[in-house]
Amino acid sequence: MDLSEINFAVLVASLIVASTPLVLAALGELIVEKSGVLNLGVEGMMIIGAVTGFIVGVETGSAYVGMMAAAMAGALLSLLFAFIILIMQANQVASGLALTIFGLGIAALMGHPYTGIKSPQISTISIPFISEIPVLGTMFFQHDLIVYLSLISVLVIWYFLNRMRAGLILRSVGEDHDVAHSLGYRVVTIRFLAITFGGAMAGVGGGYLSLVRVPQWTEGMTAGAGWIALALVVFSGWRPFRLLIGAYIFGGITILQLNLQAIGVNINIALLSMAPYLATILALVVISMSRFRGNRGAPGCLGRSFVKIT
Amino acid sequence: MFKLIPRENVSPVLSLLGPLFSVGLTMIVGGILFYFLGVDPFAAIKMIFWDPLMSETFSTYSIPQIFIKGAPLILIALGLSVGFKANVWNIGAEGQYIMGAIFGASFALSLYPLESIVIFPAMILIGVIGGCLWSMIPAFLKVKFQVNEILVSLMLVYVAEQILALASLGFLRNPDGAGFPGSRNLNQYTSASNAEIIAGTGIHLGVLLSLLMVIFFYVLLFRHSLGFKIKLLGNSPKASGFSGDNPNKLIFLCLTLSGSLAGLAGIMEVAGPAGQINIDFNVGYGFTAIIVAFLGRLNPIGIFFAGIVMALTYVGGELTQFMLNLPAAAIQVFQGMLLFFLLSFDLFVHYKIKLKGNK
Repeated sequence: MDLSEINFAVLVASLIVASTPLVLAALGELIVEKSGVLNLGVEGMMIIGAVTGFIVGVETGSAYVGMMAAAMAGALLSLLFAFIILIMQANQVASGLALTIFGLGIAALMGHPYTGIKSPQISTISIPFISEIPVLGTMFFQHDLIVYLSLISVLVIWYFLNRMRAGLILRSVGEDHDVAHSLGYRVVTIRFLAITFGGAMAGVGGGYLSLVRVPQWTEGMTAGAGWIALALVVFSGWRPFRLLIGAYIFGGITILQLNLQAIGVNINIALLSMAPYLATILALVVISMSRFRGNRGAPGCLGRSFVKIT
Repeated sequence: MFKLIPRENVSPVLSLLGPLFSVGLTMIVGGILFYFLGVDPFAAIKMIFWDPLMSETFSTYSIPQIFIKGAPLILIALGLSVGFKANVWNIGAEGQYIMGAIFGASFALSLYPLESIVIFPAMILIGVIGGCLWSMIPAFLKVKFQVNEILVSLMLVYVAEQILALASLGFLRNPDGAGFPGSRNLNQYTSASNAEIIAGTGIHLGVLLSLLMVIFFYVLLFRHSLGFKIKLLGNSPKASGFSGDNPNKLIFLCLTLSGSLAGLAGIMEVAGPAGQINIDFNVGYGFTAIIVAFLGRLNPIGIFFAGIVMALTYVGGELTQFMLNLPAAAIQVFQGMLLFFLLSFDLFVHYKIKLKGNK
């Protein structure tokens, strides 16, 4: 065992790669929850994105085309959820679970012939000049397009929610759908859009997992990433920047435990593999205990069905 | 467009029709799916729902199998249903199931090769406690810190799976097993074996217990004030507080019940049909039980029938895998679909639908 074998700059760079699926999926869910909908099907949408992205990526030879297909697949699956909870008024918690069970099944079915194949390469884009800064360059500026996109999405979503009229409308729908409805906003339409966006983001997150992060297809490969994304939204107090920090802390724990496994630290692999899940629980406890109180920032109508009263 | 008018009372007929309708619709849409997978849909549907019960070649094996696979589903779903009524969402029954098995098996194997009549009941009790302890973690965190029980209970499934790996490769590994993963086979340890109670069928004590629990939960929920308190907490937490009930106590109760029953299912399985603790011990009963609970309309009698139907899809699913080469995941899709249809159908149970006429 030699801790000095771990290169810190490379560690941070791989931490960012490991966190990107979580950042994407959690940002999507943030928008969904801000509209007042709790979609527990993130895991299902991610794995559908992962398998579709992988298949299309392998067939077309382009990881980016694969990623686009992943977004579409995630969005398509989320439409099913949207229909069931918005039109059929089904319980959101149960429907989200159904989405996860269904997604895992479909993905296993679709991905079966693709097990063990290598995915197409994704090229990294080194940002001119700043990527050559020692250490910092390796950490932050030699990534692929999706990593940069995930960072830009954080900014855009923050701006959308806090500085744009459309974001305000979305929040008002999530805060009190009856009031928003009486003000003339189309609650159902807005929620449809939010859910679809969340599905697409979860899909891309999944696609990134199978095309870049791992990169290959194995059954059940999301291994709870969708649930961790859900936990991150709570952890962040529904704020995009805190969500990013949370995802990176989380990615850090995952990468650290993988690195410790790789250099053969004398800790049982099973114990190390538990770390991310235990860290999630711990994070949820800490955030609930802290003076910010867990639910501050939670949309008022989160998880409640909207029935138009005319 | 349509207009929804809430029903004053939930229609009992529609409430019963929902699951039947959903199973029917799943057969149709599932059949279409099978067609696209290159399997004859009629043969596949017949093999899943008909052959395990009626075919002479399969039924002697598969009818008892339906009860064996149904038992853990029914046990877990009964426990979960109480929580779901009260809006306490334990979705980590899979983890509690694993922990029940590990706790019970650890106890029994630590006494190997001692033979005593006390070992079996003590092992079951410890299995129940194991499952219960695992569900106490989300209960405690929810009551004490308002941490979301959905996320905690689910995260603990992954932790339990790692503990299972730890046990099968480490502390429970069979010392006479030539280094292969997995514990000693409990079926070869007379005092701890959950042996069959009807010779040649494989039907074990867990099957009997699952039936007894259906009756117990029926009485608890419909003939005891506790059932009312639980429903009250789910429908109106405020009213529940005003009536003097302590919601925290009810949360603990819900998670105790669901954790204990999942633990019971786990220890019954490991000492019976599974035989040993191994990496692939858990097969997703804890998650399928969520579907069973809903398919049974959170009603104990309903859960019994739902468990049997779900077990049928498992047994029939194995048949189609064997005979028609249908992938195993197809059954999971089938089950997910069933839940979708079921949840959608609730619209008709809770609302009247009227076409909006002209003004």
